Amino acid sequence: MDKPVNNRAWFLVLPVLVIVAFSAVIPLMTVVNYSVQDTFGNNQFFWNGLGWFQDVLESDRIRAALGRQLLFSAIILAIEIPLGIFIALNMPKRGFWASLVLVLMALPLLIPWNVVGTIWQVFGRVDIGLLGHTLAMLGIDYNYVNDPWDAWATIIVMDVWHWTSLVALLCYAGLQSIPDAYYQAARIDQASRWGVFRYIELPKMQGVLLIAVLLRFMDSFMIYTEPFVVTGGGPGNATTFLSIDLVKMAIGQFDLGPAAAFSLIYFLVILLISWVFYTVMTAQRDRT
Amino acid sequence: MAQITFDNLAHSYLPAPKADTDWALKPMSLTWRDGGAYALLGSSGCGKTTLLNIISGLLHPSQGRVLFGDRDVTDLPTAERNIAQVFQFPVVYDTMSVRENLAFPLKNRGLPSDQIAARVDAVARMIGMTDTLDRRARGLTADAKQKISLGRGMVRQDVNAILFDEPLTVIDPQMKWELRTQLKALHREFGHTMIYVTHDQTEALTFADEVVVMSEGRVVQAGTPQSLFDAPAHTFVGYFIGSPGMNLLDAQVQGATALVAGTAIPLGAPYAARHGRVQIGIRPDAVRPATEGLPFRLIRAEDVGHHRILRGEVAGAPFNLVIPEDEPIPASFDRVALDPARIGVFVDDWRIDPLERAA
Repeated sequence: MDKPVNNRAWFLVLPVLVIVAFSAVIPLMTVVNYSVQDTFGNNQFFWNGLGWFQDVLESDRIRAALGRQLLFSAIILAIEIPLGIFIALNMPKRGFWASLVLVLMALPLLIPWNVVGTIWQVFGRVDIGLLGHTLAMLGIDYNYVNDPWDAWATIIVMDVWHWTSLVALLCYAGLQSIPDAYYQAARIDQASRWGVFRYIELPKMQGVLLIAVLLRFMDSFMIYTEPFVVTGGGPGNATTFLSIDLVKMAIGQFDLGPAAAFSLIYFLVILLISWVFYTVMTAQRDRT
Repeated sequence: MAQITFDNLAHSYLPAPKADTDWALKPMSLTWRDGGAYALLGSSGCGKTTLLNIISGLLHPSQGRVLFGDRDVTDLPTAERNIAQVFQFPVVYDTMSVRENLAFPLKNRGLPSDQIAARVDAVARMIGMTDTLDRRARGLTADAKQKISLGRGMVRQDVNAILFDEPLTVIDPQMKWELRTQLKALHREFGHTMIYVTHDQTEALTFADEVVVMSEGRVVQAGTPQSLFDAPAHTFVGYFIGSPGMNLLDAQVQGATALVAGTAIPLGAPYAARHGRVQIGIRPDAVRPATEGLPFRLIRAEDVGHHRILRGEVAGAPFNLVIPEDEPIPASFDRVALDPARIGVFVDDWRIDPLERAA
């Protein structure tokens, strides 16, 4: 059968192109534009080639922030994914308690990020905070303002508190979709508890786990608000993550060129790592 | 392998059952001999699967005991009962290959790997999946997955019983026939006790030595396919087994005569007078067109190959005849004759014996 060819059909996709252009492509291109130019004020710009990119890649300050960022995301994933799975496995499956637990689990997800930061900022204060004061009374020398270790611990615990629910709820949804017959068959086959997890629950959770890992990676890699509120990047630069550094550079110092180059590299790193996660986790599934 | 005994067994899914209908499985006692092939037959929701899950220990009965041989297993967990069970819908371990799936129950019992390999090969031949052993189970068709489930059910040789819960529902008709034949062959070869749940009478009658017919949580009759056909103990059995089912007519029975809507019909033997709803039942193949006898109104005739079914009415109740294909049908007839020897009498749905035999 001959398909009619009519190039005017391209007009049908025009609205989408316009929306995508204004919402994503054009803003991104302005960043690209800044990243290859330099200015000495007066809105006069000069071509700077890849100079800013080179500066950013060679900057010790940004490298250190990237290192901290990678470490932070690695720790967050290493804690939240297993913990979320563990919680999901132990949540009640149905009835009143299931509903109650679901509501409780969803609560941290409903709190605005800067409020989460404020809560923990106050919670951890040694003078009036419940946590900080209690630790001080127990004779533990805890102070997230002065001690880099304490600052890190506070931010990690805060993130775990804030986001483990998301992983748990996603896994819970995955687990709920497993028909009873699978568990019954496993009992008939005399599978161990580990066998049930390894061969039934984990494979069925694979899809939601992929989403959980990607979401938690991207969010933790871009984290800004909570550490900004709690530690402001300190003490020193101990909790200055990439986004905090980027904001300092772009808005604090108004270095538009380097900040633009930084943003693009930041974006590409997230894209790259997400791609790696996606590829590794789906390669397992698509093998026959 | 062991004989399976149910001792006053009953189950309700409610915590405090009161009414008769609260029981998914009404109290029953029954013994199934070691090595028998049994079919549990009944319509959906009659308690077949409940009974099966009680045998395998997936469900703990509300009352009564289950015995394997002399051993009370009522409180034993599934794993210790050493039972194989195949479910209605395929259950495969997605991430494993077909081979690993088949080997899984053996591996869990810690069998040496050479024995596992030998068993897996034998089972793979049986279900015709030798070529696909190293494929992953994910992505196979529902047919193939269910064959894997069947294979996993049959891979252990030392099981006490193999339970099948409508295992061929998702299999296409031709394969169904083949697999059922193989199950039979397997039964003859290894002599496992096999219990096969189905709502399909053909499946039940071809598979089993003994068919247990269930209705509304009650075992209404257990017997050979022939005895269920010839002497159904309950109108449900008469109606459910046979195609079309038994004809049932309200009647008054006096001695050796039944009165149906004013027409006297001779019975094969005299019966004692009974209270309650009295019905007579007769198989469609024991009725012939006649010039005198019971008034019959023909509605339509169906040719189903080796015989013809004449569907009609007697005294307002549906009534069918089965006529062999080589037998002529009168051009028009409005009466039917019943073979007295094959008429059964039912009181409140249960078959009663005639006087001589009861004495």
